Amino acid sequence: MRKQTKFFGEIEIEEHLVWNFPKGIPGFEEEKEFALLPLEGNELFSILQSLKTKNVAFIVSNPFNMVSDYTFDLDEATIQALEIEKEGDVMVLGVLTVRDPFEQTTINLQAPLIFNVRKKKAKQMILNDEKYGIRQPAIMSVDAKEG
Amino acid sequence: MLVLSRKLNETIMIGDDIELKIVEVKGDTVRIGIEAPKALEILRGELVTSISATNTEALNLNSDILAKLTKKS
Repeated sequence: MRKQTKFFGEIEIEEHLVWNFPKGIPGFEEEKEFALLPLEGNELFSILQSLKTKNVAFIVSNPFNMVSDYTFDLDEATIQALEIEKEGDVMVLGVLTVRDPFEQTTINLQAPLIFNVRKKKAKQMILNDEKYGIRQPAIMSVDAKEG
Repeated sequence: MLVLSRKLNETIMIGDDIELKIVEVKGDTVRIGIEAPKALEILRGELVTSISATNTEALNLNSDILAKLTKKS
């Protein structure tokens, strides 16, 4: 399908890139469908583009690149909502708040995006424990990117 | 809003399978125990608000930064 996007203008979005967010994400509850688009020239980041609203597009990244010992338990609500059956169903991404200069960019590790790759369903899961912050510095990614 | 007064160890039932219990009252802090089906999401209200705010903040970026991001690599 052809869609307007925030960063790439109007593009063709293939079906396999589309994810269903049954409850949207916090603050954007009406956005139920997103496409996960690769960012050409930088494989560390992807764009999570709402299919409904052109201007709703997040930069996301693999949080395990930034905090190697990042661990948390999936809560039962998420397991049921996304119909997760096994660990292999799950992909995790973090929402970045990209700042200028880039070195001040943060990643939200307290509310990871959880994807069920088999069902193509996803949600932003909020962790009750405060081990990880919502504005954790994403410095590691800069090192990785330039290294 | 329904407002109920409760004392220590007293409970509130919501429907058949949700029970709230006042487990501690200390100064201005009340600790509440919650028994509920596991499929229910239970979160501190202000946490949800701050996640929403962080998401909104994350949207607030321009294409210039994105261009930099792709150029550098």
